[in-house]
Amino acid sequence: MRRRLAAVGLAFIMGAGWSISTPADIPLPAPPKAKGDRCVEPTDLMRRNHMEFLLHQRDETVHRGIRTKKHSLVECLTCHTQTDAAGHYIPINAPGQFCQDCHAYSGVKMDCFECHATKPRNSASVHSKSAAMSGTSPAHLSNLARVVGNRP
Amino acid sequence: MVPIRYQTLAGKSAGYWLLFIALAAVTAIGYAAAHYMEVNGHYVTGMTNQIVWGTPHVFAVFLIVAASGILNVASISSAFGKPEYKPLARLSGLLSIALLVGGLIVLVLDLGRPERLVVAMTYYNFKSIFAWNIFLYVGFLLVVAVYLWMMFEPRMNKYSKPAGIVAFIWRFVLTTGTGSIFGFLVARQAYDAAIMAPMFIVMSLSFGTAIFLVVLVATFQWTSRPLGDDILRRLKNLLAIFVAAVLYLTVAFHLTNLYATEHHGVERFLLLDGGVYTAVFWLIQVVLGGLVPLLILFSPTVSRSRAAIVLAASLVIVGGLAQVYVIIIGGQAYPLVLFPGMEETSTFFDGVVHAYVPSLPELLLGVGGIALSLLIAVIAMRVLPFLPEQLPDSAPHGEDAPTAAAASTAR
Amino acid sequence: MKSATPNTRPDGERRKFLERAGAAAMLLSLAPGVRLVELVLARAEDQPVSAQMRWGLLVDATKCSEGCTDCVDACNDEHGLTGLGRPETDAQYIRKVGLRDKTTGKTHSLPVLCQHCETAPCVDVCPTGASFRRADGIVLVDKHICIGCRYCMMACPFKARSFIHEDLTDQVPESPRGKGTVEGCNFCVHRVDRDREPACVEACTEARHGALVFGDMGNANSALSQKLRELTNRQIRSDLGLNTGVRYHGI
Repeated sequence: MRRRLAAVGLAFIMGAGWSISTPADIPLPAPPKAKGDRCVEPTDLMRRNHMEFLLHQRDETVHRGIRTKKHSLVECLTCHTQTDAAGHYIPINAPGQFCQDCHAYSGVKMDCFECHATKPRNSASVHSKSAAMSGTSPAHLSNLARVVGNRP
Repeated sequence: MVPIRYQTLAGKSAGYWLLFIALAAVTAIGYAAAHYMEVNGHYVTGMTNQIVWGTPHVFAVFLIVAASGILNVASISSAFGKPEYKPLARLSGLLSIALLVGGLIVLVLDLGRPERLVVAMTYYNFKSIFAWNIFLYVGFLLVVAVYLWMMFEPRMNKYSKPAGIVAFIWRFVLTTGTGSIFGFLVARQAYDAAIMAPMFIVMSLSFGTAIFLVVLVATFQWTSRPLGDDILRRLKNLLAIFVAAVLYLTVAFHLTNLYATEHHGVERFLLLDGGVYTAVFWLIQVVLGGLVPLLILFSPTVSRSRAAIVLAASLVIVGGLAQVYVIIIGGQAYPLVLFPGMEETSTFFDGVVHAYVPSLPELLLGVGGIALSLLIAVIAMRVLPFLPEQLPDSAPHGEDAPTAAAASTAR
Repeated sequence: MKSATPNTRPDGERRKFLERAGAAAMLLSLAPGVRLVELVLARAEDQPVSAQMRWGLLVDATKCSEGCTDCVDACNDEHGLTGLGRPETDAQYIRKVGLRDKTTGKTHSLPVLCQHCETAPCVDVCPTGASFRRADGIVLVDKHICIGCRYCMMACPFKARSFIHEDLTDQVPESPRGKGTVEGCNFCVHRVDRDREPACVEACTEARHGALVFGDMGNANSALSQKLRELTNRQIRSDLGLNTGVRYHGI
């Protein structure tokens, strides 16, 4: 599973490589743009290793009480959840949303969200500015361009 | 000395396939029930935050306890050198593995997260009796498998005695571990007693011997193998002693509790006014599963009847399930005493007897475990020569006939 | 194989600096409803919990009134324990227990929650180490490695744990909960790690009941330690010798 995900990441990095590694009829994942300028780690590192970061942080937090924000799942949600037209948060594991978009493509099941919240606490609170900034159409090609363009 | 010849089941009769299909169907239904429980969550069962271990645990603990006891027949032959039991040692080992697998599967399928079994195999807390038991159960399967190999393979026959002794010691430790799951629960008044471990060992001998008797008579009958009265007489006498010993330990357990005033509440609940638990204890466990079998087995006239012996053994099995039910469910139904001398009330059922009704999925899962155990046995007996061709009263049994010869007759 | 390793990191200069820096930051950022618990022991967020601390709670039953559920409500809100109208399977981390002395008829009302034992039976029996005690004395479940065997619920003398009997949605970010695992009061570990008091304590204090005092039992000068010296108090099921972190006054 990881190898496939890495392959997807590699395809992004190589720019034109995806036509080789994926059948043409499967649309590439186009996760929505996050809030803020950049992720806590370089994008390609994140694509390949986000699960390792989360796993490490999970044990540090649960057993040793270390609550740094850098690799915290709650902080992932803060930046990566989108809001709908009415300003309500969309669960991050909903189709087309940040986590689910890539995971559906790579066929990797997430079980984080059987327990963990899928959106920040107050659904009612509206971040209209950031919602407007981040395109809400997940399949929009410009998103992909922005994601790819984000890499250092 | 007549060599013992073992032979596989032909497995071609309509009866065999009927039994096979029936067992497979019940097993499949049990699995479907577990799947239903897992998908929906445990709220579809009778289990609650008060009764956290329900009917699946009753069946699982019963099977696991019986698995260790059923090996006793082989132990008597190998470890204690009684040749009369030797022809049955293979069957004893097979049923031991089959029952343990059936019980463990039920236990695992009732976990909140059965798919995390690999976590249980990779993260260990060595102070936990459950963690010990994971090693004890897996080790038991290996030890008995090696023991069976020693018995099957002529070149290894000479090692079957030491292997039998290891298996015998292992099963003692294993049942001590199972009993200690309850015996070390200091929080609950119905448990927290060192006598739990020896009581579980004697229960295992009783339940195991009873199941062995029923399976023995049934298989010999259905496969038209001659079965002498001699071995049945020995086994039914053994069973009688074990049933009496279980009754004795039950009395000792409750008398000890009754002497301590702090346990009067829970004892009153179990023995006098616990409703269904009191009824199950006295009527099914003690009378039907204890006293009636004793009367049958010790009666010189009645116990000559093969049907009567099978009936007595069946009653012991029913009584055993009842006993485990009273221990596990009855023990939890009585509320924890947080503040002695005070009446407690809360929204979390403090101070009240906890209600529990077994749900259909739980029962189906439990019965599915029994069916799986028997299915394993039925398949194994067809594949490998576990059963002797015959077991007449006459001659004492000598060495096993060469396996090659047995295998050839099987074809 | 893996187990929770208690913190053994020695206190260094860096640590002290971070403690002071953290304390200073906390002082500056004190907001309404946020109370600094133990100023001297404030910990930098990248530092692990210390075994020199032991979080504890004193319940003053003389100040706890029958019918008041402020602590319970706050807990339910904090952890998103909405309940599904099935009281026998719905989770409760903290509950109000009414007591009546069978001889004298005297009544009490008090909250019962995880007692955060020093030698916790739930920790002993857990086969995977999911039920564990943090270095600073908080007993909690690592739900990532809980297999849902419920042995801890059998072992707990206080009935402090609940099993999640169905799929959940809309969990709150700071309190992950999911079907098939066991859970219970964790002293609002996510708040304590950020120098806030547990939700129940905060609610009780805000409502001016003052029946709950939270703090560091490992520090003789903490408000809790002083209160524990001042008021006679006892442990529930003290006969078991578990050295609980929750103490009761007035029963």
